[in-house]
Amino acid sequence: MDTLVAQLQRQFRDYTISLYHQGFLDDQFTELKKLQDECSPDFVAEVVSLFFEDCEKLIGNMARALDQTGNVDFNLVGSSVHQLKGSSSSVGAKRVKGLCVTFKECCDSQNFEGCVRCLQQVDIEYKSLKAKLQDLFSLEQQIVQAGGRIPQVDI
Amino acid sequence: MNSGSCSSLMEVGYDHHHHGHEELHVLAVDDNLIDRKLVEKLLKISSCKVTTAENAIRALEYLGLGDQNQHIDALTNNNLKVNLIITDYCMPGMTGFELLKKVKQESSNLKEVPVVIMSSENIPTRINKCLASGAQMFMQKPLKLSDVEKLKCHLMKCRS
Repeated sequence: MDTLVAQLQRQFRDYTISLYHQGFLDDQFTELKKLQDECSPDFVAEVVSLFFEDCEKLIGNMARALDQTGNVDFNLVGSSVHQLKGSSSSVGAKRVKGLCVTFKECCDSQNFEGCVRCLQQVDIEYKSLKAKLQDLFSLEQQIVQAGGRIPQVDI
Repeated sequence: MNSGSCSSLMEVGYDHHHHGHEELHVLAVDDNLIDRKLVEKLLKISSCKVTTAENAIRALEYLGLGDQNQHIDALTNNNLKVNLIITDYCMPGMTGFELLKKVKQESSNLKEVPVVIMSSENIPTRINKCLASGAQMFMQKPLKLSDVEKLKCHLMKCRS
């Protein structure tokens, strides 16, 4: 008979694996988890939260810059993309980082339509990741509340 | 001298100003908030005391090289004594490379402080330029725990 904890742990494991396999996360996320310990039990959630705030801020900057019709400062957009690429790389947000590479190319070649498209995609992608990680953290909380331990998942 | 383990800093007599303090005090410089938080945590987990700065100017001020001409000798003032500077390369205003040069051009003991450059971009000319200007090491971002462990081993070997 499968206990609640066992079911939740299995869900957690399966969901984690799917996030890696579908390319949402890469091994830098695994590295982040290594930094979580009793001294900072919410480290991953905190960093990830900072990341999503950063996404929102940078996307806002880029949207405003791209809105200056006829007078778009591509350097400004490019430097925001550079920041976002760095942050996404550091937290293991693989898809966001990948989009930043394309986005940077559009900035460098001053491709306005390309930039607008990339911006839309980055916006969708970070929000999608945010929702998925919220689900993942929620599963963790449920496991702990049910008296279980969060399993170590080897990808 | 313990050449094997990376965890025991007490046995490394590398800095005669050390005054018996056990922890490596690292000044970490990065304009990206997430990267600052990450490098801080990586270093703290590796038993380092960490001070962060969000740009090179703030870092220089902390080191006593700011415009205010604070004549604080950062190496003898126990609170400020920095054993390692780790800095991002790409920063607005003064780059990590310029920070490296400023430190290495110092006439005080500050020029002996190892400076490590981090970058998300793997550009050989950039790496060589930094090493040629006295950088201890060049590290590829994003940093991992194993990178910091390697860094500590490298620093300890350089002093034994």
